[in-house]
Amino acid sequence: MSSSPDKLVYMANQIGKFFHSQGHDRAVQGISEHIWKFWDPRMRKQIFAHLDAGGAGLDPDVLDALQKLKQQA
Amino acid sequence: MSLIQETDFGTPKSKSETMVTLIIDGNQITVPEGTSIMRAAMEAGTQIPKLCATDMVDAFGSCRLCLVEIEGRAGTPASCTTPVMPGLVVHTQSERLRKLRKGVMELYISDHPLDCLTCAANGDCELQDMAGAVGLRDVRYGYEGENHVFAKSHGCENDNWMPKDESNPYFTYDPSKCIVCSRCVRACEEVQGTFALTISGRGFDSRVSPGMSESFLGSECVSCGACVQACPTATLTEKSVIEIGQPEHSVVTTCAYCGVGCAFKAEMRGEEVVRMVPWKNGKANRGHSCVKGRFAWGYTTHKERILKPMIRERIEDPWQEVSWDEAFNFAAVKFKGIQQRYGRDAVGGITSSRCTNEETYLVQKLIRGGFGNNNVDTCARVCHSPTGYGLSQTFGTSAGTQDFDSVEDTDVVMIIGANPASAHPVFASRLKKRLRQGARLIVLDPRRTEMVESPHVKALHLPLMPGTNVAVVTALAHVIVTEGLVNESFVRERCDWSEFEEWAAFVAQEKYSPEATAIMTGVDPNDLREAARIYATGGNGAIYYGLGVTEHSQGSTTVIAIANLAMATGNIGRPGVGVNPLRGQNNVQGSCDMGSFPHELPGYRHISGDAVREQFEAMWNVKLNKEPGLRIPNMFDAAIEGTFMGLYVQGEDILQSDPNTKHVVAALSAMECVIVHDLFLNETANYAHVFLPGSTFLEKDGTFTNAERRIQRVRKVMTPRNGYADWEVTILLAKAMGFEMHYNHPSEIMDEIAALTPTFTGVSYARLDELGSVQWPCNEKAPEGTPIMHIGGFVRGKGKFIVTEYVATDERTGPRYPLLLTTGRILSQYNVGAQTRRTENVVWHAEDRLEIHPHDAEQRGVRDGDWVRLASRAGETTLRAEITDRVAPGVVYTTFHHPDTQANVITTDFSDWATNCPEYKVTAVQISPSNGPSDWQKAYDEQARHSRRIAPVVEAAE
Ligand code: SF4
Ligand code: SF4
Ligand code: SF4
Ligand code: FES
Repeated sequence: MSSSPDKLVYMANQIGKFFHSQGHDRAVQGISEHIWKFWDPRMRKQIFAHLDAGGAGLDPDVLDALQKLKQQA
Repeated sequence: MSLIQETDFGTPKSKSETMVTLIIDGNQITVPEGTSIMRAAMEAGTQIPKLCATDMVDAFGSCRLCLVEIEGRAGTPASCTTPVMPGLVVHTQSERLRKLRKGVMELYISDHPLDCLTCAANGDCELQDMAGAVGLRDVRYGYEGENHVFAKSHGCENDNWMPKDESNPYFTYDPSKCIVCSRCVRACEEVQGTFALTISGRGFDSRVSPGMSESFLGSECVSCGACVQACPTATLTEKSVIEIGQPEHSVVTTCAYCGVGCAFKAEMRGEEVVRMVPWKNGKANRGHSCVKGRFAWGYTTHKERILKPMIRERIEDPWQEVSWDEAFNFAAVKFKGIQQRYGRDAVGGITSSRCTNEETYLVQKLIRGGFGNNNVDTCARVCHSPTGYGLSQTFGTSAGTQDFDSVEDTDVVMIIGANPASAHPVFASRLKKRLRQGARLIVLDPRRTEMVESPHVKALHLPLMPGTNVAVVTALAHVIVTEGLVNESFVRERCDWSEFEEWAAFVAQEKYSPEATAIMTGVDPNDLREAARIYATGGNGAIYYGLGVTEHSQGSTTVIAIANLAMATGNIGRPGVGVNPLRGQNNVQGSCDMGSFPHELPGYRHISGDAVREQFEAMWNVKLNKEPGLRIPNMFDAAIEGTFMGLYVQGEDILQSDPNTKHVVAALSAMECVIVHDLFLNETANYAHVFLPGSTFLEKDGTFTNAERRIQRVRKVMTPRNGYADWEVTILLAKAMGFEMHYNHPSEIMDEIAALTPTFTGVSYARLDELGSVQWPCNEKAPEGTPIMHIGGFVRGKGKFIVTEYVATDERTGPRYPLLLTTGRILSQYNVGAQTRRTENVVWHAEDRLEIHPHDAEQRGVRDGDWVRLASRAGETTLRAEITDRVAPGVVYTTFHHPDTQANVITTDFSDWATNCPEYKVTAVQISPSNGPSDWQKAYDEQARHSRRIAPVVEAAE
């Protein structure tokens, strides 16, 4: 694996997989909270940029979670 | 200062709560039922002469020196084997007893060399003391008879004589001085649990013998030293005592190796350590130790230790020795320059799990306060970060729930992904003792560990495929739920019921049953069901787990799954139960507590919380950044990307300990200034620009926090050979960077920690001196600390069940990489081995070996001892193979203690979803025969040699 954004997409999806079994709404909440709590601003900026560019590769829950987080930011 | 003398009560303490009153020498004494007369007398201050009894082991009653008279009873019973009874009237001294004892001593001394003046035990010999105590004045039998003392008697070889065994690097066995009291044998069995020693022969022919008349080194002996402490004579003696002489003062301190946190007396002559002796009042170790803490401290004075600061512009240059000031200024200029050019967030630091709480606290303070960002992380990232995450989500605290004493009340022990016999040996000894008393053991591990194989222990071993922990633990939950073994009243009272119901419905699905998951996990469903039933219904069930749980892409999920299991069965909140991470390094718990994670201030409080941050801002007098910083793997990524350029690393060898070495090398090479603060030129230092010499645990004051949350003092016994303790170095570095921190002594740092951290408010050096140690939380609610957590309710309120879906790791086997590699440790070496490799411990482990099943080996034409090439998607290395069925077919295993092996060249940068803890425990690999080191190993070696050069000091020209 090289560095971002592939790696960040991979990491975000990994988080998504944990929350997936809790159902969409709680997953979105859980994922966005997790990323907000643990990712440093430059990582968040990069993933938001990727999101703006279409968010290729991001799982649906993760995509929604990042949209939500971006609106809050 | 003087030598601390610990009272030997002769026999172990009785745990009974029924009290018995008797009269000894006219004094009325009350002791617990089951106490020996010997111990009762000692508690009242009367020492009955004794040789074969000592309070670390059960009485044996062989020497007949401890005889007493009891009114109304005939004869002279041995006081060590006679328990107290209500109303007994005991006399410890009389004409008859005096004669009998003298007779016994006379026999002993007639077969003992009389070289007291030149004997290593002179001044510390119980035989000498007893000869004095019983008034022995002459030996009527003479020394000419049959004996074990002289190599020749009457001009011919004496068959009874045996030469010294000096095979163990740390102690000698001199059979000519042995009185066959069997204290050593009992210590090895009862305290250590290894059963390496026996008494062979009978009567006059009886001898202490390691194994089947082997040498100590060649036997099962693990060199814990328990027998050496137990020996009343010079028969078993530390080589350091033979060389130096008896110590004159001692200081209590804490072992700096593993998370057990054994308390030791450092026995000294001036500033020279004579020996380290485990302290009986140490609440973690209760007088026991392992080979590392007891003997492997030689690294502290090893010739390779760097004692002068060094700098260089480029890593290709040789090191230049400079003054401390020059080094600090050089570092400060570099770091400031980087921040000017790349921004405030372009630097950061890594705190050490080997350093003290106070030192760790200062490093994170320097980063948050001085650098102005939160780019601080610690090596706990690579081991137990999922523990912090998982346990705080479910229970509400980032730490284990019990103290080690709790194991004495455990009925069922479940060990998951840990090998305490190797990594936490003193805890393992305490555990094995409990298992010999009848507690049951379940082990979940891909490999048949030493725990499974220990003598007199029967284990139910579930050999799972690496990477399937979540599936296995969820299957355990499936059995517990579907077979109706849930402790419903506990769950209703203590946990959130609706979350529980959701979880129960989730795990009850057929697809999570042992039968359905066996195909992935490789675990026999019947065994798994059996294990679940034993854990749920066998009495007090305790789970202990290690890196085999955390170092996975689903590490945090497994921790959560374990917590679910404990809650569902009600195994939380009292002695004997609980969820207990076995923390690797001496101060991993402490470094996490002290705010070493980029998103958390000390005490696990998120950096974005305004109230908490303001408290710190007021105390530190500086504005803090409220955004979380970079974690170690993120730092490396950012370095390669060009936005992270300077790193201060205290006491960690991240290059050797972090996964995917090539990636780490690339990251470190990309940085403009790496400051390494350590004892030795470690592997990371090959890529460093500033080297600040570190100090050892013997050279500083501070505290460590062990795996039971126990805060213990580290006490300075010698002047730092490098000039400064590590906390002082951080202060001076901070000052050079324009950030002032004023402390005269580490106790002042602890006072600041206590003032800012709610779980530490009751902690101070005075408190620690008074109580010996405390377990956090220690505050108004628990002024003496908290041995067991979540009594009566969880810290977070209601216990939280969270569903744990098994997600297979993306690191998968395939045609090119068909085997799974997993990693571990062995007893004699410690982590990356920087310390232990610089001690005599290398006699037990000179290199890392690859364990491979005979079937896999044969398929590849690999024989025992052959060099093999070990390749993964990340890289390749070579090492030698050991063929064994401890591992299942399809699984290979190695340790990671030696830099030459470069096991982390192989590991990938997959990591835990929640914490980025790297997935060390699963790597798909292929193995093939090889004839020597790989090209990468050679190139690495060359770079290392080149980089370690230190320029000769040139006299300044006129
Ligand atoms: S050092 Fe420990 S393991 Fe070795 S014989 Fe002595 S007690 Fe047993
Ligand atoms: S070696 Fe020491 S402890 Fe062991 S039997 Fe001999 S004298 Fe006793
Ligand atoms: S390494 Fe661990 S078990 Fe061994 S003496 Fe030190 S703290 Fe105790
Ligand atoms: S001390 Fe009691 S018989 Fe030896």
